[in-house]
Amino acid sequence: MTRRLAVVTAGLSDPSSTRLLADLLAKAGRDALAERSEEAEVEVIELRPLAHALADRLLTGFATGDLAVAEKTVARADAVIAVTPVFSASYSGLFKTFFDVLEPGSLDGTPVIVAATAGTARHSLVLEHALRPLFAHLHAVVAPTAVFAASEDWGAAGADGALVRRVERAAGELAALVASRPTGERPDQFDRDLASMGDFEQLLRRP
Amino acid sequence: MEYGIFTVGDVTPDPTTGRTPTEHERIKATVEIAVKAEEVGLDVFATGQHHNPPFVPSAPTTTLAYIGARTSRIKLSTSTTLITTTDPVRIAEDYATLQHLVDGRMDLMLGRGNTGPVYPWFGKDIRDGIALAIENYALLHRLWREEDVDWEGRFRTPLQGFTSTPRPLDGTPPFVWHGSIRSPEIAEQAAYYGDGFFSNHIFWPPEHTARMVALYRARFEHYGHGKAEDAIVGLGGQVYLAKNSQDAIREFRPYFDVAPVYGHGPSLEEYLASTPLSVGSPEQVIEKTLGFREYAGDYRRQLFLVDHSGLPLSTVLHQLDQLGEVVAELRKHDLAAVPA
Repeated sequence: MTRRLAVVTAGLSDPSSTRLLADLLAKAGRDALAERSEEAEVEVIELRPLAHALADRLLTGFATGDLAVAEKTVARADAVIAVTPVFSASYSGLFKTFFDVLEPGSLDGTPVIVAATAGTARHSLVLEHALRPLFAHLHAVVAPTAVFAASEDWGAAGADGALVRRVERAAGELAALVASRPTGERPDQFDRDLASMGDFEQLLRRP
Repeated sequence: MEYGIFTVGDVTPDPTTGRTPTEHERIKATVEIAVKAEEVGLDVFATGQHHNPPFVPSAPTTTLAYIGARTSRIKLSTSTTLITTTDPVRIAEDYATLQHLVDGRMDLMLGRGNTGPVYPWFGKDIRDGIALAIENYALLHRLWREEDVDWEGRFRTPLQGFTSTPRPLDGTPPFVWHGSIRSPEIAEQAAYYGDGFFSNHIFWPPEHTARMVALYRARFEHYGHGKAEDAIVGLGGQVYLAKNSQDAIREFRPYFDVAPVYGHGPSLEEYLASTPLSVGSPEQVIEKTLGFREYAGDYRRQLFLVDHSGLPLSTVLHQLDQLGEVVAELRKHDLAAVPA
């Protein structure tokens, strides 16, 4: 059974270290699933080209085009890898906006790796102070290992392989979470509303 | 198939001149628009109900009764009557009175409204929106059908042996539509009672409408009111017409760009491609409108929004002249669609 792995990356430059980290995690995630004999289909969502659509989405209340596709991709994913640059002591506004506009329940129970990049390792606790609570609020299941990459991790200081080991550990945790979850299509918001509604006699009697 | 227009009654500055009509002008304009709608051959005029600026229609039955006296054929309706924050006893009385005054030439559409602050002004809580819509209508439904009503519910003072007056004209309660964008409970409610279901169908892409209508149709049949395809569906819509599409786009764009609902967001072209909004030549509007039934099935009522976002009265009246011709064309397709 093929598992869907959605990678959300909020880097703004090209190439961006955020995208680099996202790609490392995606590859590690695919490998970790393969070790469990699970095939993975990776879909990468770059938020930069969706920036205007996200602003429109806030104003109109609905998504169109590529943004609608991206929202569906995340909502039906078996696992999500979410990577943001650190801006002003937190995730970037673009990153947050994407998760703000997702249909409620889109990440309910979804295994997620949270990851972030910054110029210095001094920002690394953003993962625990900002990203983990955000995904807890969204009812995602966040892997215990969060992954942070500072500028030095891409250079000589990273040569000891600490970042790679961290990436692999997070990917292993993600694969274990995915393997324990059922496969198949997930109901969307409308289906869930419908399922919880009951018939009209029940609605009439509801206290 | 009925064609008509619905208004939200907003008082909005005309972005091309900066001029804002007075409330007096807006209310009088609403009447002129309704009279014109009858003149160009439309079947329905509906007004919203709002209790906050920049909207004027807080007393829809007063306005509709006045329009009723100035017209002779057009059906008067609402879009919507607030079933959440209006006492169902007052709805029963006000609309039964209207029904007598206009000799039955009316119906109404119930809706929850979407403005949070309105609820506490009437002693209600927006979080109870669905529960209010369900309980209040359960009472309204009885008030028009039973003479001595004993009632106890969550949201209003109990009633004992209460008779709502006047009784509906000829003992026939006004027809009710239930309007919603995306709450399945409202589609379920409309289906349960065998009432009409109206999908707002102006701001959002058609996929939402398609799912709600499909749900309503299936449940209408489930509750034994007839076949799913015979369920009573109405749709909103929004048009701006000109002889050719370039002029329509050019004339409408300044209003679209700053409109309270979608302004400052997607471009007019994007909005046209992804929502039921029709801006163009009569042929384009006819084609887009006929496309609605591809996902909503055969439906009974089509209402268009034509008078919002600061469009001046003279423009709206000219729009109605053109809409009358478009509707005459649409009716030919309806006749062709009727099985022999």
